[in-house]
Amino acid sequence: MGSGYLTTILFLPAVGAALIAFALAGRPRLIKWTAAIFTAIPLILAIVLFVQFDRSPEAAGLIQFEEKVLWIAALNANYHLGVDGLSLPLTLLTAFLGFLAVLISWKIDLRVREYFAWLLLLETSILGVFLSLDLLLFFIMWEIEVIPMYFLINIWGSGRKEYSAIKYVVYTLFGSAFMLAGILSIYFTTGSLNMVEIAQGGLAMVQTALPAAAIFWLLLIGFAVKLPVFPLHTWLPDAHTDAPTAVSVMLAGVLIKMGGYGMLRLCVSLFPEVAKGYALLLVILAVVNVLYGAAVTMRQTDFKRLIAYSSISHMGYVLLGIFALGQLSMVGATLQMFSHGLVTGLLFAMVGLVMHNAHERDLRQLGGLARQIPIIAVVFSIAGLASLGLPTTSGFAAEFLVFVGSFSSTIVPGIQVYTILGVLGVVVTAGYILWMLQRAFYGPVLERYNGTPDADILERVYMFAFVAVIMLVGIYPAILTDVIKLGISPIVGLLGG
Amino acid sequence: MNLALFIPELALVATAVIVILLDLLTEQKRLLAQVSISGLVVAGGVTVAMWGHNFPTIFNNMLAVDNFALFFKMLFLGVAFLVILSSVDYVIKFARFQGEYYALVLLATLGMMLMAATTNLIAIYIAIELTSISLYALVGFLKDAKSTEASLKYLLLGAVASAVLLYGMALIFGFTGKTNLHDIAQSIQALSPPTLFASPALILGIVLLVAGFGFKIAAVPFQMWVPDVYEGAPTPITAYLSVASKAAGFAIILRVFFSAFGQPDWLSQNWGLIFAGLAVISMTLGNIMAIPQSNIKRLLGYSSIAQAGYLMVGLAALGVSPVGDILGQSGVLFFLASYVFTNMGAFIAVIAISGKLNSDLIDDYAGMGKRAPLLALALTLCLISLIGMPPAAGFMAKFYIFSAAVQHDLLWLVVIAVLNSVISAYYYLRVVKVMWLGQAASQEKVPSSAALRLALVLSCLGVLLLGIIPGYMMRLAELAARIFIP
Repeated sequence: MGSGYLTTILFLPAVGAALIAFALAGRPRLIKWTAAIFTAIPLILAIVLFVQFDRSPEAAGLIQFEEKVLWIAALNANYHLGVDGLSLPLTLLTAFLGFLAVLISWKIDLRVREYFAWLLLLETSILGVFLSLDLLLFFIMWEIEVIPMYFLINIWGSGRKEYSAIKYVVYTLFGSAFMLAGILSIYFTTGSLNMVEIAQGGLAMVQTALPAAAIFWLLLIGFAVKLPVFPLHTWLPDAHTDAPTAVSVMLAGVLIKMGGYGMLRLCVSLFPEVAKGYALLLVILAVVNVLYGAAVTMRQTDFKRLIAYSSISHMGYVLLGIFALGQLSMVGATLQMFSHGLVTGLLFAMVGLVMHNAHERDLRQLGGLARQIPIIAVVFSIAGLASLGLPTTSGFAAEFLVFVGSFSSTIVPGIQVYTILGVLGVVVTAGYILWMLQRAFYGPVLERYNGTPDADILERVYMFAFVAVIMLVGIYPAILTDVIKLGISPIVGLLGG
Repeated sequence: MNLALFIPELALVATAVIVILLDLLTEQKRLLAQVSISGLVVAGGVTVAMWGHNFPTIFNNMLAVDNFALFFKMLFLGVAFLVILSSVDYVIKFARFQGEYYALVLLATLGMMLMAATTNLIAIYIAIELTSISLYALVGFLKDAKSTEASLKYLLLGAVASAVLLYGMALIFGFTGKTNLHDIAQSIQALSPPTLFASPALILGIVLLVAGFGFKIAAVPFQMWVPDVYEGAPTPITAYLSVASKAAGFAIILRVFFSAFGQPDWLSQNWGLIFAGLAVISMTLGNIMAIPQSNIKRLLGYSSIAQAGYLMVGLAALGVSPVGDILGQSGVLFFLASYVFTNMGAFIAVIAISGKLNSDLIDDYAGMGKRAPLLALALTLCLISLIGMPPAAGFMAKFYIFSAAVQHDLLWLVVIAVLNSVISAYYYLRVVKVMWLGQAASQEKVPSSAALRLALVLSCLGVLLLGIIPGYMMRLAELAARIFIP
């Protein structure tokens, strides 16, 4: 595989978007097929990439499939792409969800052309965040994502969509404002925008005008808004709840993972010493995220909002795993990002189906649906069980690694206590998931839902795809952890652990 | 003396005269636009050909023909080209005086080209007056109540600003005994710091210059004229004011402050901090005042105040940077280039849409996404660029200019600036939202003329090119800024 492979994956969706926007007006069926093709090919390419990826121990920390072209000489910026063990799983996940999002959106009939154009553009920008190795390119991709999201929520959303859309934009821009300041500071400390080069010791050599801790926090604020970390999380329930189904899938599935990825890729990799210094604080925030998120989830009565809040709790595990700073815990955190992307993606897709078919999203009004829509009920239950971390699902593998890794980490004092507090979150999760399933699908059958259609063929196809991957990762997590380890081990080396 | 180096300016004067005379003879008023454009093309071609040579100054050290001046001349000629293209349909409103309209646009351009080139206080004053008087007349061209009021307001406040400027120049002349910028620099450097401190005349002179130029670039607190004038003036002239007039102001600030007051370091650091302060209040007030606006021209007016604030971040950076470091200057030049394309694009879209609607109210833009998808798309792109988001030029411009500021320990200023960009997203996106989500009052399409479409396409291409492959323009900006390396 020669050079240009990653570029193809990255820009195919954007090409599809341009084609849809400018060439296919008024032909909705063709638009949908185009969207499907221009997301299917990147998915296939990403799978091939995943298979071809060198997993030998010597490949630890190596960037593979690297592409580098000088882009802006005046700024020493390059068009620099590459994958390593950290970015590969997330790239694969993005391509996977990007394709399924198109399938999930198949029944959209409002302003079809614009919808799919924005959706595909969104995929390119998220892929760009994971594939970029140049800080400027990374930041550009990070910012581009805002515009499609603004339109997608604003036009095709529901409820208080206009409020949620602008809130999302303002929060994201607020975070990236600080991130930009951080990136500029790094640039002038090192004279380089190359992430790999800087991580290999650029910052250690140059004494900064600004304390390294300040840059660390500037960057972290940007990522914390996205992940999200308490108390910067309030955009998430609104945006997730009011976005159209496929966009919620992308949002919960991969968009918020950009935050966790950024923390690992930039905050921890570039500032290992600072990360150690503030690890305790961030671990405590993680536990707050887990418990607060879970507690708030418990009392939600809106189906979709409940899933949205559960994301906050689950992202707490990611934060915990990252800032426990152990090898195993960071592998677990990355796996948790992948797993949560699948599980919550599926949950949002299913909620969307229930809302679409039963025209009701208030859990107090729903009940007994298992009789009327058995397939949806079964898949929903599988997703729910994966979310609470049942063995044989990806959720179990990921959370188990996070907890074991954090508990055994030696860098943060008192981590055992915080890990145990975090584990309590699992109990609450089990509570709200099971209660949710019970309220929606079990109990007395309600006559008004007689005749609610069950999943059709297309919907069964994507449900099956989701469930298959969740099970695959749950039963054989090594398929991913082998790759992730290669990305994490250089970071562990920097931390001196 | 080498008159050959003065050909672009002479070409403009000649074109202006021809246009006025031709207006008497022909009924084909479109011909006037064509003649004006050919004059601009000739001037532009010669200017481009002059790029890169180290020509001596002309007219007894009055005018420099360096890359810096040429960079701005190309910019102004480009803007005038777009303004005339977008006026072709608009001027029908005036019925009479079309020749004068084009001639005045050309003369204002001439004034700005001189502003970028002068190295002498007296010539600077004359160039500014040439520009301003042309613009006073142009602002009042609609001759309705609002336009007349705008023109009068601009004239009165402009006269005050000119007086302030002149007073500042007089003080500096009194202090140094020179009018040439390089001579001023030399006599300042010859003095010992205690003497400089002891004399408030120099400092007062500099402050008055800042005020006078601040009026041109519409920095807070010299911005009072902006909303009313922007609203009342013919829209192509509003675009012209917001882009070229501001760029000319920055050209002259760069030249004067760097050539005359660039040394000693403590002096430049002090005026650097003045600009930092002005930047903060301009950005913040401009953005906050833009939020409640319901008229698109007023909104863009306040937005241009905020943009002047971002530009002054660059001025602050170059004030505090050591001599020989030109990142700040090239940042300002690149920002101006990208701002020219962006704001022109936005105004051209406004001209096209408002021309059909006969209204500048943002609410009337509802449903433009359906009625005129390409216009709405172009306006959206330009607004995104004004926010400073990729892949548009505005992002690269901010990145470049802020990177200069970060390098010189102005991180606090950069943080304020980027947070201001967040505020600005709110009101820019409001326009976007109305266009794409609002319910259209009628389903009627909004047609636009070929000239407008061409102008719009050129601007949007510029916005995208500078946003995606900014390398070439950055190189040009850097070459132009080289003149500041002693």
